[in-house]
Amino acid sequence: MSNELDYLSRRVAAGKLSRRDFLGRAAALGITAPFANSLLSSAARAAGPVKGGTLKAGLVGGESTNSLDPALMMTQVPFAFGKCWGEMIVELSPEGKLENRIAEEIGSSDDAKVWTLKIRDGVEFHNGKTVTAEDVAATLERHSDEKSKSGALGYMKGIESIKASGKEVVLTLKEANADLPYLLSDYHLIVQPNGGKDKPDAGIGAGPYKIVTNEPGVRHVGERFANYWQGDKMGHADQIEVVVINDATARTAALQGGQVNMINRVEPKIVDLIKRVPGVTIRNHAGPGHYVFIMHCNTAPFDNNDLRMALKLAIDREEMLNKVLRGYGSLGNDFPINASYPLFTEIEQRKYDPDKAKFHYKKSGHDGSVLLRTSDVAFPGAVDAAQLYQQSAAKAGIKLEIKREPGDGYWNEVWNKQPFCASYWGGRSTQDQMYSTAYLSTADWNDTRFKRPDFDKMVLAARAELDEAKRKAMYHDMAVMVRDEGGLILPMFNQFIDATGAKVGGWVDDPHQELMNGYALAKCWLEA
Amino acid sequence: MSSPIVKLVAQRVALGILLLLAVSVLIFAGTQILPGDVAQAILGQSATPESLANLREQLGLNQPAYLRYFHWLGGVLTGDLGTAMSSGQDIATSIKDRLWNTLFLAFWAAIVAVPLAIILGLIAVRYRNGWVDKLISGVALASTSFPEFFIGYLLVFYFAVQHQWFPAISTVYEGMSFGERMQAIALPAAALTLVVLAHMMRMTRAAILNVMQSAYVETAELKGLSAFAVIRKHAFPNAIAPIINVVMLNLAYLVVGVVVVEVIFVYPGMGQYLVDHVTKRDVPVVQAVGLIFAAVYISLNIIADIAAIVANPRLRHPK
Repeated sequence: MSNELDYLSRRVAAGKLSRRDFLGRAAALGITAPFANSLLSSAARAAGPVKGGTLKAGLVGGESTNSLDPALMMTQVPFAFGKCWGEMIVELSPEGKLENRIAEEIGSSDDAKVWTLKIRDGVEFHNGKTVTAEDVAATLERHSDEKSKSGALGYMKGIESIKASGKEVVLTLKEANADLPYLLSDYHLIVQPNGGKDKPDAGIGAGPYKIVTNEPGVRHVGERFANYWQGDKMGHADQIEVVVINDATARTAALQGGQVNMINRVEPKIVDLIKRVPGVTIRNHAGPGHYVFIMHCNTAPFDNNDLRMALKLAIDREEMLNKVLRGYGSLGNDFPINASYPLFTEIEQRKYDPDKAKFHYKKSGHDGSVLLRTSDVAFPGAVDAAQLYQQSAAKAGIKLEIKREPGDGYWNEVWNKQPFCASYWGGRSTQDQMYSTAYLSTADWNDTRFKRPDFDKMVLAARAELDEAKRKAMYHDMAVMVRDEGGLILPMFNQFIDATGAKVGGWVDDPHQELMNGYALAKCWLEA
Repeated sequence: MSSPIVKLVAQRVALGILLLLAVSVLIFAGTQILPGDVAQAILGQSATPESLANLREQLGLNQPAYLRYFHWLGGVLTGDLGTAMSSGQDIATSIKDRLWNTLFLAFWAAIVAVPLAIILGLIAVRYRNGWVDKLISGVALASTSFPEFFIGYLLVFYFAVQHQWFPAISTVYEGMSFGERMQAIALPAAALTLVVLAHMMRMTRAAILNVMQSAYVETAELKGLSAFAVIRKHAFPNAIAPIINVVMLNLAYLVVGVVVVEVIFVYPGMGQYLVDHVTKRDVPVVQAVGLIFAAVYISLNIIADIAAIVANPRLRHPK
């Protein structure tokens, strides 16, 4: 009985149960109102956020070239700061559920082609203007314009028309897409006054903090926005500050020295050292990001599936996970999906098998060496990983020739151009998004040149399917196809490794992105 | 006596301007041969053919190079450094604060390093070949031989992480008091001091020792002056030209060579600004920063030349 009360009081403290409902439950359990009230306040003291103070983060991924225009946000600092000053239409909760923000309700037609967003009342921009359906529509228009430079353009292109009327925004899609609400959680889609069409980098949003200092590449400061519509859930610190610290050693030193309360991207090789520092907590958690070697399925010798299979079997995933990521990750299985996706299904784990690799290699008829390009920037530890791969492949009789490319220009000159190279993917929020971005024949970023009309059909069918069980089965089939016939070698999924200093309260692991999906500054507080 | 000096100064300045012009051509040509282009770099891994084409057109990357050079030079001469391609910000405005920060750090590092180096050099000469000399030279050489990042990390480890006397990161911003600012730059200034100290100290020592071989120093010694008085009155004034040269060289280094130190200490100066923009292929910024660095180098060298001339009558009155 007391367990249940405990649980319920914590629910109230977390804002998931109303006080009134709690007292009702307590009465039903035979507890007097004064006692129930005292239970409640002790729970609130234990779990409740503390207001005040300045919360500071030292983050890698900021440059003096950063802009406040959400369309141009690319790296970690604009991403994390954007979640502080901007408000989204809809967001993914840490559990992977859709959480309505500026949209109060999202509904679709039965064929998932027409979507209606009902806009919440009383959400205010930092300039005092109320958020309207027109603002939301204009935001989506700006990001779906063919001429836009928006990082979200790839997904937004599928929208045929956007109409605002009254309190509603109606989106008509070119093709049915059951995942549309997930796409709307893309971090570029910060709602701006008139969609940011007038002045995209004005930095006016509806988020919990308004911008007071914006020095790209140096620091960004936000001050609590008094009229934030959800002030009890976010915006606990009076002020938040992002200090750009791109150097990994300087970043950890700043956390240890107490200049910042949290940092991102702790390198796997120093995690065990950092763990020993008093007051510092490592916040590592799984996500959809993965480190890969990609082969072009349409370029010799990789156009031969036996050779691709040989190369997939010749990689020692466990060794790589242990040595490159020091265990801070999970095994990959040659398809880009893991348990952080809502409709994931398990498939038998592919293992290092030199004999089988040798068999497929012989069958492919290829001899001589295979050229693999790698670089420090492909992913942290990519050069070491390539060397490990070279050794494990040698045991299967496959000669890998490693070419180390300069980091400068790697993404322009090597990735998506050369037939076999190391790379990484940050992952997406849904399987459809991931497959549409990189595995559809027409995808701009089809970096494995996986061009299969039968696969394309499966993607489109799954996208329009509203029955979850059927969809799950479809995604399973697609995963098997990519795994057994595609050009992707995926040895490991990496974890996000953040760290917080003493006194940081309210941290919740979020599998979608680092720093609680970017909300760490907005949702955490400084314990008194 | 003033006219030959004025003439010499005018000559040096004119030469400096010519040199700067030549450098501007080199910088411009250099930035043209970087692989890839700014549009590609801005969009990075997420570039699509359409977005690339849009951005290229918007940035005016389709014009021929020589046109862009003259356009740029004209702008620079009128104080307009253009706008950064990647962020659309006015370069002159962004550089102003950064340049000020870099100069501030360089100034305080120089205030400590230059007198310290010269005094240590004098002391080393006074006790030449003794243990004091060896200790000074040894420590100075050791601090120079370590890479800057290593010295920086050592300072951070000891003074920021272990003892927390100074902050590990040196972000400075407007509204900071002078005291806070000084505390913030303490570690990077110390790192820079250690890096440039040995060079100046060794040069001072060598230059003075060189003079010490001369007959007039021997005369001074013979007439019974104390060792320090000999160095101060007779040796140092005659060794000043090479000392000024090496000091200026190191001052220039404090401004243009601090990239690594600025990155380690997260100090918002020119070095970090340049690094960011080089990786983005932001040509106008790279050009502007390059030109400013060249100007700093050239003007400090001119000052060194002129000071050497003023200090040495033999250079002032060439035969």
